[in-house]
Amino acid sequence: MTDRRLTTHIHGWLLLLPAAVLLVAFTYYPAVASIWSSLHSTPKGARPARFVGLDQYATMVDDPVFWKSLVNNLLFALGTVPVSVALALLMALWVNGKIRGRTALRVAYFTPTILPMIAVANIWLFFYTPGYGLIDQITGLFGLPAQNWLGDRSTALPALMVVTVWKEAGFFMIFYLAALQGLSPSLREAAALEGASRWYIFRRITFPLLMPTTLFVLVNAVINAFRMVDLVVVMTRGGPDNSTALLLYHIYEVGFRYWDTGYAAALTTVLVGILMVLAVGQFVFLDRKVHYR
Amino acid sequence: MTVRRGLRSAMLAAAMTLAALPAAAATKISFYYPVAVGGPITKLIDDYVAGFEKENPDVKVEPVYSGSYQDTITKVLTAMKGGDAPQVAVILSTDMYTLIDEDAIVPFEEMAKSADDKAFLAAFYPAFMENSRTGGKTWGIPFQRSTIVMYWNKEAFKEAGLDPEKPPQSWDEMARMAARLTKRDANGNVTQWGVQIPSSGFPYWLFQALTTENDVRLMNEAGTETYFDKPQVVEALQYWVDLAAKQKVHPPGIVEWGTTPKDFFERKVAMMWTTTGNLTNVRKNAPFPFGVAMLPEKARRGSPTGGGNFYVFKSAKPEQRDAAFRFVKWMTTPERAARWGIDTGYVAVRPDAWETPAMKAYVADFPAAAVARDQLPHATAELSTHDNQRVTKALNDGLQAALTGAKPPRQAMEDAQKEADRILKAYR
Repeated sequence: MTDRRLTTHIHGWLLLLPAAVLLVAFTYYPAVASIWSSLHSTPKGARPARFVGLDQYATMVDDPVFWKSLVNNLLFALGTVPVSVALALLMALWVNGKIRGRTALRVAYFTPTILPMIAVANIWLFFYTPGYGLIDQITGLFGLPAQNWLGDRSTALPALMVVTVWKEAGFFMIFYLAALQGLSPSLREAAALEGASRWYIFRRITFPLLMPTTLFVLVNAVINAFRMVDLVVVMTRGGPDNSTALLLYHIYEVGFRYWDTGYAAALTTVLVGILMVLAVGQFVFLDRKVHYR
Repeated sequence: MTVRRGLRSAMLAAAMTLAALPAAAATKISFYYPVAVGGPITKLIDDYVAGFEKENPDVKVEPVYSGSYQDTITKVLTAMKGGDAPQVAVILSTDMYTLIDEDAIVPFEEMAKSADDKAFLAAFYPAFMENSRTGGKTWGIPFQRSTIVMYWNKEAFKEAGLDPEKPPQSWDEMARMAARLTKRDANGNVTQWGVQIPSSGFPYWLFQALTTENDVRLMNEAGTETYFDKPQVVEALQYWVDLAAKQKVHPPGIVEWGTTPKDFFERKVAMMWTTTGNLTNVRKNAPFPFGVAMLPEKARRGSPTGGGNFYVFKSAKPEQRDAAFRFVKWMTTPERAARWGIDTGYVAVRPDAWETPAMKAYVADFPAAAVARDQLPHATAELSTHDNQRVTKALNDGLQAALTGAKPPRQAMEDAQKEADRILKAYR
């Protein structure tokens, strides 16, 4: 009897093993190792790492670029998440309806998502180029002066936001589209029989039923906003004067340009902390309001 | 019978394999290099490597194009930490301290044994060696080195009523000429700017030309101090800012390094500051007669040197070090240095390269090629300190803040100095 239970146990653990190994190797071990090295100085050439306690975190408090990139990142999240989610919903509602060329439209909306980020960045880099770029070519027709979109502190970050929204909205649309097609038509038909307007149906039936999807999309969008780095690398390298520096880009610079790995580990720990708080917060506080009762 | 024949052919094959072995055991070295100017650089490098391998059949060089200078040092250091460093690489001369601090490279004195080799180390222009030596040792051999020069559009000068053969000689004159060269359309939008000094990526380099001309150094020789907040530095920055903000003869905001030559070809700008490394690119692509001049002076002439040096890595095995050193020597012989200068526009790095027949013929046909060389006596070392990338970024951020109008020049430079002091404290 105990033998059988033991075999079952072993069997179960063996089934879990591959996933557990991957999870430990690529998630838990790196996380713990980052925290560990964030408590040490950066090893350099002949100078090995030594324990420095919270020194790296004290440096962070004094690091103006860290604060700048944190603020930039919050602005970036605020600027991209609501817009891309709203656009996604709008597009999904549209291409879910019975319209001509529906498939083509769906494909068109989804195209930005399947392009590699580096390609997207290069395309938009061309759009934004002062004087030669698509945008300036068009505004030039109306006699407007050339605008240095990525070279101006006030427009550089919004310019990156536009690209992000363009890229993300199509991706989130897919989730909404799937959710919309999973809704039972009977609710809508019943409401229509009662004489409810389309807006009323959307507001009181469709949107509430989509809330779980919205939560999922929201969590992903926020995490994506804090993981953004490729656009920054290709389009602005954090400039001008750090006005487009985002957290992950700052980590990349500290880690791989300055090779200050100890400090980069501390920054990484903070970024992971922020992401955890955001995800947990969204699930705990929003989850209660999400499900239609 | 067939068995015996089979055996014999097998033995023959084995013997042939053995005979082929020494050739297969050629020393392999990998060579990382960046591309920082226009033109078919990767093809040129491949050709040079093929030429070297032909003369040195016991060495196999694997050239690896590694992106910009920035990407190159990132890739090299990443590869090194992963235990797979190249044996030789071209990296910014200013990254010398970083490579020393990482214990990544070997000084050339350790490889130069013979009298010939020692003479080789002394063959280069002193201005270039300023960024190659520290603590009495030579860590880098100059290769794709440059200074900043000014290119001007002779047609635009003529249209503006200026003498097309006379570039500006001083800061004031440059501002005055730029004002005449700036053209506006009916709506008041600028169609041609007077002058353009790029400020993306590495504005500190172009800025260092202005500070040198204002007779001030940005750092000490040990790489432990910077002087960003000196009054002459602030004054130099004020001049640059004023060109756009006050005099409106220079595009506002951040000017892209990469599109600056194109702006020049498209007549969007009449005078541009860029590396002499773009000379061949400009010569091929400018659809109008152009001139090349030394930068204008304030208190004196001046430009920082720039560009990349050869470094040999510590992790290379003795025979690889030897092969790498041979490769470096081969790439910088007077004939090759002259060829490379002609092919790209970089300054041929040693005086005797300018005495070769090829170079003499080239200069006679195209005198502009000698401008950068003639500017060398006025040149200074490029900004280089310990933790160079970081200190440089502090200055770059300050410059961009001032150029975009976020901070007045004095405050921008004081902030940059404060940041540099914080970073360099550990090395003093």
